[in-house]
Amino acid sequence: MLGRTAGGIFWMFRYLERCENMARLLEAGHRMALTRNTGSDEEWRSVITTAGLQSAYEGRHDDYAASHVVNFLLRDKTNPSAVLPMLETARHNARMTRTALTREVWEATNIFWMRMKEALARPVRETDLPGVIAMIRQQSAQVRGALHGSMLRIDVYNFARLGTFLERADNTARILDVKYYVLLPSLSFVGSSLDNVQWETILRSVSAEHAFRWLNAGDTRPVGVAEFLILDERFPRSLAFCYQKLFGNLCYLERDYDVRMPSHDLAAQIHEGLQTRSIDAIFESGLHEFLTEFMTCNARLAAEIERDYRFYG
Amino acid sequence: MEQPAPAFDEMLRPDGGARGAYSEYAAWFEGQQLAALRKKAEEADAVFRRTGITFNVYGANEAEERLIPFDIVPRIVGAKQWSKLSRGIEQRVRAINAFLHDIYHRQEIIRAGRFPEELIAKNSAFLPAMIGFTPPGRVYTHIVGIDLVRTGDDEFYVLEDNARTPSGVSYMLENRETMMNMFPELFSAIRVREVGSYPKNLRRSLESCAPEGCDGRPVVAVLTPGIYNSAYFEHAFLADQMGAELVEGHDLRIVDGRVAMRTTQGYKPIDVLYRRVDDDYLDPMTFRPESQLGVPGIMDLYRAGKITIANAPGTGIADDKAIYSYMPEIVEFYTGEKPLLANVPTWRCAEPDALKYVLANLKELVVKEVHGSGGYGMLVGPAASKAEIEAFAKKLKARPGNYIAQPTLALSTVPVLTKAGLAPRHVDLRPFVLVSPNGIEITPGGLTRVALKKGSLVVNSSQGGGTKDSWVLEE
Repeated sequence: MLGRTAGGIFWMFRYLERCENMARLLEAGHRMALTRNTGSDEEWRSVITTAGLQSAYEGRHDDYAASHVVNFLLRDKTNPSAVLPMLETARHNARMTRTALTREVWEATNIFWMRMKEALARPVRETDLPGVIAMIRQQSAQVRGALHGSMLRIDVYNFARLGTFLERADNTARILDVKYYVLLPSLSFVGSSLDNVQWETILRSVSAEHAFRWLNAGDTRPVGVAEFLILDERFPRSLAFCYQKLFGNLCYLERDYDVRMPSHDLAAQIHEGLQTRSIDAIFESGLHEFLTEFMTCNARLAAEIERDYRFYG
Repeated sequence: MEQPAPAFDEMLRPDGGARGAYSEYAAWFEGQQLAALRKKAEEADAVFRRTGITFNVYGANEAEERLIPFDIVPRIVGAKQWSKLSRGIEQRVRAINAFLHDIYHRQEIIRAGRFPEELIAKNSAFLPAMIGFTPPGRVYTHIVGIDLVRTGDDEFYVLEDNARTPSGVSYMLENRETMMNMFPELFSAIRVREVGSYPKNLRRSLESCAPEGCDGRPVVAVLTPGIYNSAYFEHAFLADQMGAELVEGHDLRIVDGRVAMRTTQGYKPIDVLYRRVDDDYLDPMTFRPESQLGVPGIMDLYRAGKITIANAPGTGIADDKAIYSYMPEIVEFYTGEKPLLANVPTWRCAEPDALKYVLANLKELVVKEVHGSGGYGMLVGPAASKAEIEAFAKKLKARPGNYIAQPTLALSTVPVLTKAGLAPRHVDLRPFVLVSPNGIEITPGGLTRVALKKGSLVVNSSQGGGTKDSWVLEE
């Protein structure tokens, strides 16, 4: 396959994953804003911070009113990280790499775009937000389902998955890191038993609140939450899960192309780090330092993959 | 404006009864509810949107993708009629390939005094780079689209020979898919010849034209100008259906004396390039130097027999509208037979007598630009206002050699479904023809284009035309 096609698919799935992550983040933010007694602006500010869009947002709006934040993240054309522009990019890539996708995947992506374009044609009111978020989740699931059910397990599929998991790992790490700072400016708080609503926000942002409770009933220590999101291979948005998958996808490419690339070694190294470290060790050497290091490695891996498999375009 | 004489309707006789080829369909139609059919038609639109069967409009907003309107009433051709047409098409396509070979070699037809040399000499579609070179398999036009119009029960004319990069085949295929999904019962009741094997046949046909010395299964790629091209959907569709790589100019370069594409595993050579890029843009080193769409140096490799380009560069000379008027001579000269398919009588405005006649009769004629396509830059006399005719006359006088004129044919009609039920609309037909060293293959049917405006004769999609599924009945 063309390097341009491989890159197009890789980025298509990064963008699709980003859209979905944005929807989760909005959902968590909205939920928190509704359930807290203090002003909801704080929650919305925190959503913008978590999305890493503080300066872009403040260039557009003076306040953190729900409607401003929601529309900025869903449909603002000047915000390339908003759902609609990202979805447009994903669909553009799908069109460009049409021959590498099955009809099912292409149609699911096209329908996703068509629905969202319609739903986001006008500013979203608060009453419509849950519906819009549900639609994003549902349409993402359609694309994912089409990918699983119809694509050959060849290089194309593996490039799609690499994009998904690199993006997902970055997202989970970023949410943890941002909240970690917001919550715990001083390391002395780490390890204390804080039944903090902020930790719940973190879990909600990655749709993990139910899964966490199911597996760790009663454990509300921050360290438990961190362990779950970083090291628990059973949870599909944990760093460990993402790396287990990334490693597997690169193994496939190694077998298929009959050559081991530097990216493979790098992924193996990061994966091993996640398998062998305990959460205590991570906290001891600093959670923030760990996450920063992880995100750097994750970005390096993405760049290495692009180089190894000759993406361009 | 309406035709002066009532046009021949392919489905209904003047007394309202169905003609032979339509008898079964008409019986089925009788039993349908208009509202239900209108609903089906809307569903069809939704299917096309969802599958992305759209075209981009030149000059329109980049993001704008439009649907070509689809009409759910099929265009039906009987078995006998079709086999007669096929023989004519085959003869014509064979003559076109022989003509191209001759014109780029000994030019016997000119020596024999049957064809004027100046039509070649001054023609930008004639490519000196092709002189003395024979493409692999001696095939020039791997894919041809012959535009036919009908004026009576057994009266067909060739309107145009599309010998460069005929488009529309994806609509032929998708229209059939859509019809089979919407009306499966029709296809179990009526035996319609299938068209779905076109992509497979295209691939096989292209492979059989691979350069000599190509070992193993030839690598085929489709070259597209890119995602913003009006026919991008079709390029992607054909590549996908053939299992070929879809490439753009910047994906290709010359590596070790081969045209190669940049893959995830390095450069991989291509054997056959089905290009949907015009000659002018194919090789900036030979043609337009500013072209970003082609591959610098590809013509040298082509001439060295390292790659097959389909269609061959320089085939445009055969579908030039000035040369069209010589097609009867061309067919006779190379096949030794009388043409089976008629040409539309054509006045070459370059000739003084013809020009005089055309100027005096603009109101009755259709005048076309020699190099134009897509229905742009043409005058349909009977439908034009006085001012339009006067303006056109000026252009015509300024550059007569740039135009040809033809009588306004009473194009046949086929009903379309409107809010009020069936209504006749003018149609043409573009059958698709594949040429390989193993023979000429014609897909039964082709693309029916239909002018959706009442009375209009312009069927081009860029001018508000739509399409229909085209059926050829089994014997």
